Amino acid sequence: MNSILKVEGLTKHFPGNKHSLFGKRDVVQAVDGISFEVAKGEAIGLVGESGCGKSTTGRLITRLLEPTAGTIEFDGKDITHLSNAQMRPIRADLQIIFQDPYASLNPRHTVGTIVASPFRIGGVEPEGGTKKRVQELLEIVGLNPEHYNRYPHEFSGGQRQRIGIARALALRPKLIVADEPVSALDVSIQAQVINLLKDLQKQFDIAFIFIAHDLAVVRHFAQRVAVMYLGNIVEIADRDTLYSNPKHPYTKALLSAVPEVDPDAVGSRERIRLTGDVPNPINPPSGCRFRTRCWKAQDICASSAPALLHIGTSQVACHFPE
Amino acid sequence: MSKFLEVNNLSISFPTEDGVVKAVDNMSFSLEKGKTLGIVGESGSGKSVTSLAILGLHKGSTAEVSGQILIDGQDINAMAENQVRSLRGKLMSMIFQDALAALHPYYTVGNQIAEAYLVHNKVSKSEAKKRAIEMLDRVGIPEPQKRVDDYPHQFSGGMRQRAMIAMALSCNPSLLIADEPTTALDVTVQAQIIDLLRDLQKEFNTAIILITHDLGVVSETADDILLMYAGKAIEYGTVRDVLQKPQHPYGWGLLTSIPRLTGDPEKSLAAIPGTPPSLISVPSGCAFHPRCSYVKQVGTACSSSIPDLLPVSAGAHHLVRCHLDTAAREEIFRSQVAPNL
Amino acid sequence: MFNYLVRRILSGVVVLGIVSAIVFGIFYILPADPARLSCGKTCSEELILKIRHTLELDQTLPVQYGRYVKGIFVGRTYLKGTPAELKCSAPCLGYSFQTNQPVTQLLKDRLPATASIAFGASILWLLIGLSSGIISALRRGTWVDKLSQGVALGAASLQIYFVGLVLQFIFVNKLAWLPTPGYSSPLHYPLDWAKQMALPWITLAFLLSAIYSRLTRAGMIEIMGEDYVRTARAKGLGNRTIKLKHVLRGAITPIVTVFGLDLGGLLGGAVITEYVFNIPGLGKLSTDAVSNLDLPVITGTVIFSAFFIIVANILVDLLYAALDPKVRIQ
Repeated sequence: MNSILKVEGLTKHFPGNKHSLFGKRDVVQAVDGISFEVAKGEAIGLVGESGCGKSTTGRLITRLLEPTAGTIEFDGKDITHLSNAQMRPIRADLQIIFQDPYASLNPRHTVGTIVASPFRIGGVEPEGGTKKRVQELLEIVGLNPEHYNRYPHEFSGGQRQRIGIARALALRPKLIVADEPVSALDVSIQAQVINLLKDLQKQFDIAFIFIAHDLAVVRHFAQRVAVMYLGNIVEIADRDTLYSNPKHPYTKALLSAVPEVDPDAVGSRERIRLTGDVPNPINPPSGCRFRTRCWKAQDICASSAPALLHIGTSQVACHFPE
Repeated sequence: MSKFLEVNNLSISFPTEDGVVKAVDNMSFSLEKGKTLGIVGESGSGKSVTSLAILGLHKGSTAEVSGQILIDGQDINAMAENQVRSLRGKLMSMIFQDALAALHPYYTVGNQIAEAYLVHNKVSKSEAKKRAIEMLDRVGIPEPQKRVDDYPHQFSGGMRQRAMIAMALSCNPSLLIADEPTTALDVTVQAQIIDLLRDLQKEFNTAIILITHDLGVVSETADDILLMYAGKAIEYGTVRDVLQKPQHPYGWGLLTSIPRLTGDPEKSLAAIPGTPPSLISVPSGCAFHPRCSYVKQVGTACSSSIPDLLPVSAGAHHLVRCHLDTAAREEIFRSQVAPNL
Repeated sequence: MFNYLVRRILSGVVVLGIVSAIVFGIFYILPADPARLSCGKTCSEELILKIRHTLELDQTLPVQYGRYVKGIFVGRTYLKGTPAELKCSAPCLGYSFQTNQPVTQLLKDRLPATASIAFGASILWLLIGLSSGIISALRRGTWVDKLSQGVALGAASLQIYFVGLVLQFIFVNKLAWLPTPGYSSPLHYPLDWAKQMALPWITLAFLLSAIYSRLTRAGMIEIMGEDYVRTARAKGLGNRTIKLKHVLRGAITPIVTVFGLDLGGLLGGAVITEYVFNIPGLGKLSTDAVSNLDLPVITGTVIFSAFFIIVANILVDLLYAALDPKVRIQ
């Protein structure tokens, strides 16, 4: 079997406010029945705007959240409803890198402690000793191994992110979920971290799920990209196809909204401007959730939700794909 | 002929516990009505501090501001606080990055827009409210007569930013400073806001200063770019000059390192080594020299003396602050940078 | 909003019920025998048994509690049908055999004094605390700020009984500017009432204005650093408008909520103040009752003050929703 991760019908509903004393409670449909696969060693990007459910998906996959419905199969094992204790040995292979390099590191622990914590928690002693392995990891991510005993506040944002990456690499995981790993970094630092992640991914053959809202960043990292909108996956395609020949209207709009750096290229791409805001995930539109902003919407879009179907090498959820 | 906005030799420093921080060092730039200047820089480059100075918002704080800030001939820096105050919101106004934090949570959006209008116009409260509804409509908020009574937290991110723009433009200022107005927004909403600003500029002939770190945003909105690094202007020119033919190693680094939708995705991004300096301990000489790959070509000047902001070639309007001589610069650009852009 | 109110009232009633049950249960398991205590010095076994029967102590705990709760709603008659019948009308919070009065009556008698102390002092501490806090915040770092905060810290570190006794010594004994503190109805002679209350007010306000001063100062400073204050400046608003309409409005919410809770707690009895000045309020009532182990009165005062605190909490929550639009339940 070639897939390291298989997600089917994954759903997460959060409880919202109650409107009256004995009335119904709102349900925030953060992720609504998504299905996709990640092959061993594959780098896949998960993009979308705020409220699309991509971060929630990342947390569901790493079982930081309990799914409301659906299944998650990791390395052949069903991890959908495993308890914390049962997940512990699996976490050696399934790691996460967070967005905020300032909040994801315990300020009271030294860097050495932070990077060594997976060993401690997993009850694993690496050969040659923990300290040696930690210094090895620090070097791999481009940090000075002598800084073993320093505290997070002594490092810059980019360096802290590297510490988080070293921590994720410690137990040689098979899959890393990176939740917006460069969004909080300065522009001139982002390239460094993107390059690092790319090198590590190739060198250690780690499967990656790269969650981001920045399409250009994802383009430089992922081999396949999934686009999410309001809790659904609307398109999955290999990188080149998605960026040159997007089939879902939302993907097209998303790509056309990315500002172009070359002033002469401005205006050369087709400009699609979506009107209005992203609808409320508590009350998503019936049928296709994108229909309220889609220029192609017809009656069928309101009555039936399109399934994610294969069109060529892509998968698209649209009644009228491009 | 003098320009509408002229900033001459602006320097701003703050005393802190760790020493004097020179946030802005000897900046000069100008702007015409109806045009947009993009001030680009990363965190700690001094761009926000500059914009606050243009509104005179450092008066009364511990900051030391020197130089001239001439708006329509009036020097903001030389004025007293109460003189500047009468101009704020009327001659120049500002919008901020985080609209949720920048709007008072306890007052309705309509109340806050009306308040901005009432500061400079002696009208009745109902008149001001009408103006607020008018402005909300003008910035594209649906059902403005209903939404005028909503609180900021009841708006979505994009709508809130529009409301803030409505508030800033309520008195028809001639200069609008937009400090990272789209950084916190989704890319599709960002595109809407950029379009909105462009339309409003056309309609009201407003001069806009757009502060951002996003080269794509500045490319789509600005006429001129001022690139800042560690408190200094290091490159200044039209958008085409600076983005297509950059002349400063920092600009080269930025333009070749940012991921784009075009170009070869398999190629490693040419990252700039090192990190932006803290303003307390700015490197000697050229602040960029610790991260610059071309120091060897120049020699010791890079670490010992601060280069001047000079035209890239005789008589050019494109200015750059770098010790590399014109020939060396053009050669590096041609052979190493241009192929990677 | 209405649903919220209903929910809060219901939960308040539940809390009150739990509090009363716990209090009742504690006194039930206390080694002190209420019958013996009510009996007094000269006591015979026969008398004690009679009293036990009167007090219905020979019933089981659930029955006793049940009758107690029922008494709150419909009143209660002790020793019904006998010549020694005692009527306790609703809301009956028990009967004090030591003082031979229904507890409710005692509470009613003592409430005005406590209420006078609480409301009078609260106005005083709000005025002093808020203004000194605002001035400190506006003049942050200057000697005005340092002085006022220093005084506040000093005042807060002095104990109420110390302050009270010292002030009494100075103003009543030595200077004779004020009469001995006590309570007389404000409806008859308001000036006397105020003069007698002055020292308790000042004593309480001493401590609490210090706390409110620090609270206001911290709140104002925090709000002054908020982005929306910068926006207000950028709009061209004048300093005073910004301070009052924007900063104070933002800072007032936590202060108002704390105030509600403080006031609610005080209404249950300003214990130390009343004790020090010998004011016949609820606080004195409860301390006396504890000394004398007059259990019905203790039970009554605990439930009574719990009631005030719960009501204060509910009002504070509503007030918070009124002040902060984000909190309002849609």
